[in-house]
Amino acid sequence: MIRKALWFALLLLAAGSTAASDVHEFMLDNGMKVLVKEDHRAPIAVSQVWYKVGASYEPRGLTGVSHVLEHMMFKGTKNLGPNEFSQIIAENGGKENAFTGRDYTAYFQTLASDRLQVAFELEADRMENLLLDEKEFQKERQVVIEERRMRTDDKPTALTYEQFNATAYRVLPYRNPVIGWRSDLENLELEDLSEWYSRFYAPNNALLVVVGDVDPDEIHAMARETFGKVKRREVYNIKPATEPEQRGLTRLQVKAPARKPYLIMGYKTPTITSAEVEWEPYALEIAAAVLDGGDSARLSRFLIRGNRIAASAGAWYDSTSRLSGMMVFNGTPNEGKNVRDLEKALLSEIEKLKNEPIAAKELKRIITQTVASKVYELDSVYYQAMQIGLLETVGLDWQLADTIVDKLKAVTPEQVQAVAKKYFVPDNLTVAVLEPQSMGQDETTALTGNGGDADVR
Amino acid sequence: MFARAILLPVALLLFALQAHAGPRIQTWETSNGAKVMFVEAPAIPMLDIRLVFNAGSARDGSLPGLALMTNMLLNDGAGDLSADQLAEGFESLGAQFGTSSLRDMAIVTLRTLSDDEVQRQGLALLQQVLTSPTFASDEIERRRLQMRVALEKQKESPSATAKINFFRMLYGDHPYAHDPGGNEQSIEDMTREDIVDFFKRYYVASNTVIALVGAIDRKRAEEIAEELTRDMPAGEKAPSLPKVALLEKGEELAVNFPSSQTHIYMGQPVMARGDEDFFPLYVGNHMLGGSGLVSMLSEQVRENRGLAYSVYSYFSQMQNKGPFVFNAQTRTDRAHETLAVIRQTLEGFMKEGPDEDRLTAARKNITGSFPLQTSSNANIVEYIAMMGFYDYPLDYLDTFIDKVNAVTAEDIRDAFRRRVNPDAFLVVTVGKKDT
Repeated sequence: MIRKALWFALLLLAAGSTAASDVHEFMLDNGMKVLVKEDHRAPIAVSQVWYKVGASYEPRGLTGVSHVLEHMMFKGTKNLGPNEFSQIIAENGGKENAFTGRDYTAYFQTLASDRLQVAFELEADRMENLLLDEKEFQKERQVVIEERRMRTDDKPTALTYEQFNATAYRVLPYRNPVIGWRSDLENLELEDLSEWYSRFYAPNNALLVVVGDVDPDEIHAMARETFGKVKRREVYNIKPATEPEQRGLTRLQVKAPARKPYLIMGYKTPTITSAEVEWEPYALEIAAAVLDGGDSARLSRFLIRGNRIAASAGAWYDSTSRLSGMMVFNGTPNEGKNVRDLEKALLSEIEKLKNEPIAAKELKRIITQTVASKVYELDSVYYQAMQIGLLETVGLDWQLADTIVDKLKAVTPEQVQAVAKKYFVPDNLTVAVLEPQSMGQDETTALTGNGGDADVR
Repeated sequence: MFARAILLPVALLLFALQAHAGPRIQTWETSNGAKVMFVEAPAIPMLDIRLVFNAGSARDGSLPGLALMTNMLLNDGAGDLSADQLAEGFESLGAQFGTSSLRDMAIVTLRTLSDDEVQRQGLALLQQVLTSPTFASDEIERRRLQMRVALEKQKESPSATAKINFFRMLYGDHPYAHDPGGNEQSIEDMTREDIVDFFKRYYVASNTVIALVGAIDRKRAEEIAEELTRDMPAGEKAPSLPKVALLEKGEELAVNFPSSQTHIYMGQPVMARGDEDFFPLYVGNHMLGGSGLVSMLSEQVRENRGLAYSVYSYFSQMQNKGPFVFNAQTRTDRAHETLAVIRQTLEGFMKEGPDEDRLTAARKNITGSFPLQTSSNANIVEYIAMMGFYDYPLDYLDTFIDKVNAVTAEDIRDAFRRRVNPDAFLVVTVGKKDT
């Protein structure tokens, strides 16, 4: 189920790690960047190739093309048959997959470090020799439509989130789902894929990240021999996109077969790449952690435990997306409570952020958690590579991860109050509510199987 | 290929030896009978602790959900600390505390920095959780609400609905039949006394495995294990579970559900932990449906026909016979076809036996990727806790590769023919009913 999965935004706060001196940086002659980090605990390594393309690069009518192309990257090249890429990696004891996000498309293999050459050769091959076959494409389109049904169409909360984004963002391509709108998937053509491939799959638009039991100079040499042979190409220059100022509260309902209501609220916020005031994204990160940075954070303490309005509640903010974003809140009301109660409770927590400075104790906890999580991340070579790739593909330097603790430490309680007052205002808010619709007559009997519409044949 | 192989043959040899040996596992018992599994991992200044109790939902008795309720309440106050204070205690240290509960196991985890003072404070909190949880009445009421909401959320999910019905039909009267989340009635009925009794019976030293991985030495590991169990009664191991009855004939259940896909669960009970047919069945299933996009099922269902995004099979091993499970989801009008392809693929595999080239590829994949299984502290602590819980021999990881390599095509065909009965599968489908 996690194969070729979609990845959604990761919190920078949950990220961190890598002392600057640990990462070795190389540039190949064709413009491909190579970043290598040593971790000699086990004789393994992860290799990730990141392309600067994803759903946020897609124009109207072509939503989902980045993700479909990612699937097609396993369907053969001038040198390999369909699925042979995966078979070769498997025979070499590797685990592999790929993922598409709003701002990136990435391919990875984890294997014994003495097998990296195989992965490099295969990745370099499909960077320039992909074969796009009509029959394979028709089947894979169906696979992606099934993926869409499973992840979104049949999941009421995911459906609500999709509609929420489509409403909240008027202009930014973040309004489109990474997997694509159904009709766009149905109208996608093979030529769209080959156009997309030639626009963005070039070494000078790609990044190689390797973490594991390796020698950086050897990786550099091996990358030169494989990726280095791929020709530099002109990369399509996408137009910048900015979200116009929202001028008033926006509400939407989503009706779907479901049993529990669900609430999503979002305020438009800047990110590190789009911020006019340098410290604001970090103050917003702190605000998110004050509310939802663990079981002792405010939403758990006051809404889930304290007044018990929420069965679940969360807040998240991604300071590292390519374009500007949102601080998003979500939750399910507890039994006996409704979404209006939950909305009110969330708003009162938001008001508290504006009116009272956060406690020194909270700030201290957040810094301690961030410092500790940087240590814990060293346990996963995959995560260490992820973090480097995530930052680099949105145009941020991987070294930012080293400075995050300092940036967060520099945030004052007044600054947290200031960003709350500036951005968490009704005119800048979008609220989506899932209104459960009947699931049919057997909804209560299906689980117990005592009659109803369930059939034993 | 690597310059290092030429320049530093000694270093390479060391790595090769290390790779082959796997993590060095040490085991002992605490003075009151808890089993300890320990791997020293000095590279990162952190410590992972995983406590596993034979206290999963198979011990619920007449109150489904009791094991989960008890386990969740370990978050909600201990000693004189409230739920808020406990959470704040762990998090202000940067420590990560967690609980979870399955059919066989109830689990408590702590990840902390290994710095002396931080470690000491985190362990003191954990010790309280393990020996003096509060089980406050108002926290119980809150968890009751939360469990009810969780039941409702399951009901809006076609995959959860399929899985719950699959276990219910497959296991009948056996304690594996009911979902760990319980049901409306049992959630309402369980009392504080039931919860306290459950805790007193099952969260005892002789029913506990403590797995430790991190930057501590054996002596410190011994101290920690003693400290955590010091105030825990020795108690008794949980008794054996009743025998699982095998299905004698095929059964089908179709649940009407307003989803665009039909979710398919097919299977039968086959293997318990420690089963002597494990290796041929495991390697055989790896080819059949256990190796992701290169498995036979994925080739037939996904690659060749575009029927599903996800299709796989696995042998779930538990204390007693766990199910051999096939899972896929597809648009409702192709559900019959998908199920037929899955069945044909299995039957062809059983009749013709595994293809030699495919078997070689499977062996290479399993053995070649084996070092990945124990490449992080998080992986290792989970592995050794499992090994301790199911009484695996200590050399399990060291002999794994040889045992996989020894499996022949004939072993696989023989084991599948003896152990898998395609005429006695339970098939649960959840989706819009065809008319």
